[in-house]
Amino acid sequence: MNIVVCVKQVPDTATERKLRSDDKTLDRDAADGVINELCEYAVEEALRLKEAHGGEVTVLTMGPGKATDTIRKALAMGADKAVHLVDDALHGSDALGTSYALAQTLKKIGFDLVVLGSESTDARTGVLAAMLAERLGVPQLTFSNKVEVNGETITAQRVTDYGYDRVEASLPAVVSVVEKINEPRYPSFKGIMAAKKKPVTTLGIADAEIDASQVGLANSWSEVVDFAAAPPRAAGTIVKDEGDGGVKTADFLASKKFV
Amino acid sequence: MSEILVLVEHVEGQVKKVTLELLTLARKLGAPSAVWAGPGYTAEAQARLAEHGAEKVYVADSADIADHVVAPKAELLAQLATEKSAAAVLVAATAEAKEIAARLAIKLDAGILTDVVGIQDGMVAEHSIFGGGVNVRARVTKGLPIIAVRPNSTPVEPAAGAGAEERVSVAVSDAARAVRVVERVKEEKGARPELTEAAIVVSGGRGVGSAENFSIIEKLADSLGAAVGASRAATDAGWYPHQFQVGQTGKTVSPQLYIAAGISGAIQHRAGMQTAKTIVAINKDPEAPIFELADFGVVGDLHQVVPQLTEEIAKRK
Repeated sequence: MNIVVCVKQVPDTATERKLRSDDKTLDRDAADGVINELCEYAVEEALRLKEAHGGEVTVLTMGPGKATDTIRKALAMGADKAVHLVDDALHGSDALGTSYALAQTLKKIGFDLVVLGSESTDARTGVLAAMLAERLGVPQLTFSNKVEVNGETITAQRVTDYGYDRVEASLPAVVSVVEKINEPRYPSFKGIMAAKKKPVTTLGIADAEIDASQVGLANSWSEVVDFAAAPPRAAGTIVKDEGDGGVKTADFLASKKFV
Repeated sequence: MSEILVLVEHVEGQVKKVTLELLTLARKLGAPSAVWAGPGYTAEAQARLAEHGAEKVYVADSADIADHVVAPKAELLAQLATEKSAAAVLVAATAEAKEIAARLAIKLDAGILTDVVGIQDGMVAEHSIFGGGVNVRARVTKGLPIIAVRPNSTPVEPAAGAGAEERVSVAVSDAARAVRVVERVKEEKGARPELTEAAIVVSGGRGVGSAENFSIIEKLADSLGAAVGASRAATDAGWYPHQFQVGQTGKTVSPQLYIAAGISGAIQHRAGMQTAKTIVAINKDPEAPIFELADFGVVGDLHQVVPQLTEEIAKRK
C-alpha cells in the first residue's frame, strides 16, 4: 500500500505566536517550528498500516525551507521517504489554496491512502482532509479514532458528539486521525541516523503542475482585514481557601446570577 | 433581501441552540433560510426555526443524506446556494459542519472562514486565534462567504419569520455516496448538555486525582445544569473520556461560565476555553497560570472546595 502522510510544521504553542505586520500572515520566524502534534499521530497510524499490510510511507510537507526539520522528524519515526513542496509562490495560501497545491502534488506522486492529523495547532480550521477528498474525488474517513484496511476496503470510527459512526469505503481514500487513535513512537537513535540518508524530493509549483493563479496570499479566497492583541482580561479576585472557599465561590456565582 | 442559508444542527429531531444563534446572526445579513438535512424533521422543528427568524425552511431528508457523512450535505448546500442565489452560507463551527463547509467552498469556488465569533457589517468576520491571544478580522474575497460560527458566540434573540417549508430533492452523486455509515454508536452521556453548546462548563484536571474523583466534578456540574469537561492531563490519565477534552487538541468551548478545578491552565488548555465570558478557577497552586484568566479564584484543595460549593448551590436553590 502506497501511503502518503501529510505533515505540517507549526509554530510551537509554548512560544509566543504572532502575525506579521506587513502581510498579516503567520510569522514563521518568530517562533520555533515543530511538527504539528496531530501529525505525529498520523505518521504513527501510517507506519502501523504499513507494518500490517506492507508498502511504503511517504511524508508530504508543504512549507518553507525550514520545514525540513519536521520532515526529518517524520522520517526518523520510520517513514521511508519524503516530498517537500516548497515555493515562494505558495506563501500565504489559505486552506483552499493549500488543499489545491497538496491535491496536485498527490496526483503527481500517486497514493492508495492519504493520512492527516485532524487539525493543526496554528490555524485550527480542521478542513484540510475534507478539502483534499473533495479535490481528489476520493472518500473521506475523517476524525477517526480507529482505522482498519482489509484488501480494498477501509473502515474507520468517526468520532461524533454522541459516540462514533462506523464508516466504510474503498481505497484510494483520505483519512484524518484524532489524538487518542494511537501512541506515537519516539524516534530511536538509529531512526534519527537513518533519517539523514532517506530521500527527500523537493518540488516547486511547476514540478507539481500547480497553477500559480490558485495559490499564494494574493490569490487566496479570503483576507485578513486587520488584527490586534486581545485586550488582557481584567484581574480577578483570588482568595485563599480558609474553610469557606466553596461558600465564597457560591457568593461570586450568585453576584453574577449563575445561582 | 437575499437569502442567507443556515445549515441546521439537530439531534433526534431537536434543533440545537447554535442554530438559533446562527439564525439571529443571519437576520442582520439578509433573509435567513434554514436548511434541514437528514432525518427527524417535524412541524415542531419548523416552528422553532420560524420563531427565530427563518423565512424559509428547506428540508432534504432522503436516505442518501442520512446514510452518508459530509459529502451529500455539501452537494445539497451547493445546489441551494446556486438555485436561490444565496448571499452567504452560515454553519456551526462543529467538526462535521466545518467539513461540509469545506467541500462546499470548493464546489462553489468560494471563500471559507472558520471558528468565527462574530460578523460585522460588510460580512467582516471576527476570529479569536492563538488561544485567545489575538483578535483577527477577516473577509471572503472570492465567491459567496461561507462562515462557520463558534457555538455560544451570539446571544439568541427570537424574531418571527414565515418559516415556509420547501421540500428539496437533491441528486446525490455516486462520489458523495462513497462513504457509507455502517453503524452509529451512541455512548452513554446522560442528561448533561453537550460540551460545546453548554452555557456552563465545569472541567476537572490533574488535581482531580482519579477517575472516581470525577464524580465531584460531575456533581457540581449537575447542580448548575452544566456540561463536564476535562483537561488533557485528565483524559491522558484515562480518568475521563477523550471526547470531553477541552483544549488545543480537543474541544473549543465558549460558555457564559467556565469553572476549572485542578487545572493549571497551560496554553494548550487555554486555547480551548479562553473566550469563556466568566472564568472561575480552583487550584492548590497559587502560581497556576489559570489564575491569570480567572474572574474569581480560590487557592485551595478542590476536594474540599468543590463539594462545599455544590452543597452551597443546592442550599440557595
